[in-house]
Amino acid sequence: MNIPLLTVLGRMSLAFLEATGAVTAFAFHAVRQAVQPPYYRRQIVSQMLEIGYYSLPVVGLTAIFTGMVLALQSYTGFARFSAESAIPNVVVVSLTRELGPVLASLMVAGRIGAAIAAEIGTMRVTEQIDALTTLSTDPFKYLVAPRLIAGIVTLPILVLVADIIGILGGFLVGVYKLDFNDAAYLRNTIDFLQFQDVFSGLVKAAVFGFLITLMGCYHGYTSKGGAQGVGMATTNAVVSASILIFTFNYFITEAFFAR
Amino acid sequence: MSATAKIALRGVTKSFGPKKVLQGIDLDVAPGESMVVIGGSGSGKSVLLKCILGLMAPDHGSITVDGEETVGFNDRNRARVMRKFGMLFQGGALFDSLRVWENVAFGPIQSDGMKADEAREVAVAKLGAVGLGREIGELFPSELSGGMQKRVALARAIAREPEIIFFDEPTTGLDPIMADVINDLIVKCVSDLGATAISITHDMASARKIGHRIGMLYEGRLIWQGPVTDIDRSGNAHVDQFIHGRAEGPIRMQVRKL
Repeated sequence: MNIPLLTVLGRMSLAFLEATGAVTAFAFHAVRQAVQPPYYRRQIVSQMLEIGYYSLPVVGLTAIFTGMVLALQSYTGFARFSAESAIPNVVVVSLTRELGPVLASLMVAGRIGAAIAAEIGTMRVTEQIDALTTLSTDPFKYLVAPRLIAGIVTLPILVLVADIIGILGGFLVGVYKLDFNDAAYLRNTIDFLQFQDVFSGLVKAAVFGFLITLMGCYHGYTSKGGAQGVGMATTNAVVSASILIFTFNYFITEAFFAR
Repeated sequence: MSATAKIALRGVTKSFGPKKVLQGIDLDVAPGESMVVIGGSGSGKSVLLKCILGLMAPDHGSITVDGEETVGFNDRNRARVMRKFGMLFQGGALFDSLRVWENVAFGPIQSDGMKADEAREVAVAKLGAVGLGREIGELFPSELSGGMQKRVALARAIAREPEIIFFDEPTTGLDPIMADVINDLIVKCVSDLGATAISITHDMASARKIGHRIGMLYEGRLIWQGPVTDIDRSGNAHVDQFIHGRAEGPIRMQVRKL
């Protein structure tokens, strides 16, 4: 009775290790190609616009409502202990350390990770990637490296904007709904904020940007089987990037804040 | 013949799991020769081309281009040898995010470092060579018919004036008239460039028109090869069945009963 279970567990473990090895090898090759010339500058700029600029609305909306809800929820909880004055501190620390980078990255994973996997996956099944090779163009340099670079550079900028918009959301609720004094709210926010809070969030964003674009590229590049394969690649890119974001979030938090 | 062969294969094998797709291919293609490989679906024709191009690594065997062994090449050497090749893919494989002229000029710009303005004129000239006007260059591939996409793909394949051109099912999906137009263009382009060509097809009209020599691939083996003029008296029952498109014969199709 236990033997089939062990067999299944063994197969799953082997499959997991095989997938981890394949992704790691893909990542090493991609990073090596990203740091070596030639650099496709037009591709990098185009991907920066796609990943960064065009994600601003969705990230901004997520951030402002997160900041607003955070202020409101904190108030309903803290009012029981007459600790309402801590609301600006909770909003700014929660946003810069955790919610800003994690929520912005999850939104980008859904928008960009899926788009990258779909685009590269379609190029794979329609032989466009093979065509690149026959035109003496390395697909890793032309397709993968620009997306990785754009992800690493633009996610921290997006998260910085999300932090500011989120804090603004908390400020609006604090001042116009909860009757905080606007100057006091801002002073509390600024006084409590430390460089490490923002810096750790930006480091997380850079790592998450790498993971999102890596998963999109990997699943797209290795997709097969036509439309169904591209669909699976898209789903896998978003799911794996989301899981990796939560996993790496813990380890980076531990590296920065564990005593 | 291998001493002067542009492309030479010796004992090339390739398997996918238990399925043996290529089982010891020996093939020589002379400079300036147009070789056509025929065979049914799943006979290994596309895998053969991809092994020569380095898009797939053969399990065993030797593949030489101009006498240089290419199996096991690193990325740099592969890119250098790729400079000799042009490829027309079955579905065109045009980059759908780029305009037609950018597709044709892709190789000259990205790989040869040509300036965009100059490459644009090269693209217009190559489009002209396949019967397409300058205005077509401003369209995206999705705005073109299947026949026009094939012509653009042909223009892209010849844009860098390659020494070797591969054609993967060049007439598949086209009406007979457009297929003949593409065949004429292939003959003209290969002749004008003095290129060596390998085409894979199951369209016998195309094979007869564009090939100097024909080889038939069956179950991963080249079971017959010879001049195109000899195909009708090959003396091989498999070849006879294939070129006449008969259901009855030594080649049995796997058909399930309803």
